[in-house]
Amino acid sequence: MKKFIVSPAPHIHSKQSTRSLMVDVIIALVPTLAVSIYAFGFSAIQLVLVGVVTCVLTEYLIEKFIMHSKVTIDDCSAIVTGLLLALNMPPSAPWWLVMIGSIMAIGVGKMTFGGIGQNIFNPAIFGRVFLLVSFPVLMTDWSIPQAWLAAGKVDAVTGPTPLSIVREGLAAGQTVPQIFAANNFDSLSRLFINIGGSVGEISAVALLIGMVYLLVRRVITLTIPLSVILTVFCMTGIFWLIDPLHYTNPVFNVFTGGVLIGAIFMATDYVTSPMTFRGQVIYGIGIGVITVLIRLFGSYPEGISFAILIMNAVVPLLNKYIKPARYAKGV
Amino acid sequence: MEKTFRLGGIHPQDNKLTSEAPVEIFPILPKVYISMAQSLGAPATPVVTKGEKVKVGQVIGKPSAFISGFVHASVSGTVTDVVPMADLAGRKVMHVVIDVEGDEWLPEIDRSKTVIRAIKASREEIIEKIKNAGVVGLGGAGFPTWIKLSPPPGKKAEFLIINGSECEPYVTADDRSMREQPEEIFIGGEIMLKALGIAKGFVGIEDNKKAAIAKMKESAKHYPHFEVVVLKRKYPEGGEKQIINAITGRRVPSLGLPIDTGCVVQNVGTALAVYDAVQKNKPLVESVITVTGKCIAQQRNFVMRVGTSFAQILDAIGGLPVEAAKFISGGPMMGKAVANVNASVLKGTSAFLLLTEKETKREPESACIRCSKCVQVCPMGLEPYLLYKLSKNGRGIAELERNDIQDCIECGCCLYSCPAHIPLLDVIRIGKSTALKDIKSRAAKK
Repeated sequence: MKKFIVSPAPHIHSKQSTRSLMVDVIIALVPTLAVSIYAFGFSAIQLVLVGVVTCVLTEYLIEKFIMHSKVTIDDCSAIVTGLLLALNMPPSAPWWLVMIGSIMAIGVGKMTFGGIGQNIFNPAIFGRVFLLVSFPVLMTDWSIPQAWLAAGKVDAVTGPTPLSIVREGLAAGQTVPQIFAANNFDSLSRLFINIGGSVGEISAVALLIGMVYLLVRRVITLTIPLSVILTVFCMTGIFWLIDPLHYTNPVFNVFTGGVLIGAIFMATDYVTSPMTFRGQVIYGIGIGVITVLIRLFGSYPEGISFAILIMNAVVPLLNKYIKPARYAKGV
Repeated sequence: MEKTFRLGGIHPQDNKLTSEAPVEIFPILPKVYISMAQSLGAPATPVVTKGEKVKVGQVIGKPSAFISGFVHASVSGTVTDVVPMADLAGRKVMHVVIDVEGDEWLPEIDRSKTVIRAIKASREEIIEKIKNAGVVGLGGAGFPTWIKLSPPPGKKAEFLIINGSECEPYVTADDRSMREQPEEIFIGGEIMLKALGIAKGFVGIEDNKKAAIAKMKESAKHYPHFEVVVLKRKYPEGGEKQIINAITGRRVPSLGLPIDTGCVVQNVGTALAVYDAVQKNKPLVESVITVTGKCIAQQRNFVMRVGTSFAQILDAIGGLPVEAAKFISGGPMMGKAVANVNASVLKGTSAFLLLTEKETKREPESACIRCSKCVQVCPMGLEPYLLYKLSKNGRGIAELERNDIQDCIECGCCLYSCPAHIPLLDVIRIGKSTALKDIKSRAAKK
């Protein structure tokens, strides 16, 4: 007599799994990876490889020998952490720096909380901020590594990031339009490839392609990226409208300083972002506001990493008190 | 503009494999097993004894409580047993077993195809006829239809909604009925309008049933009380609370009933059964059932007599396919897995679905990654991940109720979407039933 499977409804599944979602994030990062390898050559490949291998290995070793639990590296989440951390490094960073960052990201940022699903802070950002605080000189050395494929072809700004150029220019008594003209910041080609910043900030277009892929595959929704980007846009827009000589325009602010990679790939990290739509909107606005405050009034020219880390800490509170719109309430 | 409900929902693959297969008459098999538990509430009390001769349409079970219903012989022949037998889940329920002899119907039943348009019965007669014909809701829950058509004092119906959304994947019974018997559905609708003393009805149909929409719109020209509303394809569009929200924008309050929004929702199949009962004196003894699944060769729609055993259906479709691993009565989202193939077709059975292990296997559970998909898809605006945690920890009923577990409609969107394959709904069901018991006992004390 044949035996049937008997279990409660539903009897079908979307077939999305943790692993398939993580693989989709990796696929979404392929355009960005491609452009950064094109621009930075071996140094980008090295950062990514060291980051990914260290993250996966750290997770494996901790689960196997310290936690004595099931090894979960096949969910591919450590690969995503390694990739994102590498993409948030300066292109000329030495390999051991990303290795230390990866060990911190997985070892402290993720596993000490109990592994996947338990951590409060985005592991990649945790790793990056650790490095930023511990190795401030290396983490803000924006010199271009030995050029490779793109030698001589890229409209390169050697040295500091656009945001720090603006900051220094303003300190030296220049106005924003003067700085922009001197550095050719208004050029549209900068959307496709723009050297000056972390490895993964190289191309806004590549990041946006990744976002479209994630949306189409229903890996993320627009809620968080849009809340972050619109907040940065509106807030910097207000300052710019009031005083365009001393504040940069909102478009420039959205496309520089890691706002895109942060809003699309870091702030949308499942584990460390809120569970409800309203919570996500508050979280996104919070990230945007803190980013702009740090940029305008803080001592760092960028700021989205700190903003995400601070808002990560607020997430448990948002989950507790911000409830979804209920169907059956307030009727 | 297509209408839809506001919160949540999912888009599982349609798999409407049988939408082009006309409804065929399923052969009457030598023995039928008619369950006395055909509706929500108490099972009927058998009123026939072993050895008795019955005709089709003859009463064999009488209601045993307010929420209960008449059961009729679906075949003619000799009652060979009145005995408790296992239902599809293996629970013992009283059954009447009949050996089939010919197909002799009670003389007052009109079996012709002639459409009878004029509604002669008065309001009271309509309710009485629907009650005596054993009509129950065919959309899933099996609530006795006459009770739904008699709103309690103080509640007033405004709209009748005929639910033709059929949002469950695979199932095409209502789709076929709407294409093949649109007029009868509208007349059934008119009868229900008369019973409710109202003049406005809607028919909601999901946009994946273009042919049914066209047929119903054409037919609606002769039935001006009705408006055909095209709904967006989204599960669970056909949930009572969701279709009310989609069509009227209203919401059923927590622990409330559709009538609290002025709506009465009846399934397409129910409308047909009402037509049969009132215009043709025909009790509910057969239903349209989709026999489907990618692993079976003959995917068809049948009209089957109540009491046809599942095992006999398997034989009739050419035996059980080797790959079939799960046997479901109903659709894949809310249907019941069959544990006992000797169980039989009920009035409310809509489909007969076979899934392979690959199609239905549950992957091993992994850690929650807090992706919030369960919250996004919940059509009731609940937080399934939280309800799961609270139900599992047994952290007190008060906490469960504060998070509105009682509003869960058990549609399964959360479990369907969970990338960590956490059995969200399985556990939430347990928490919900505990919370509901508590709510009821408190209400009883008051």
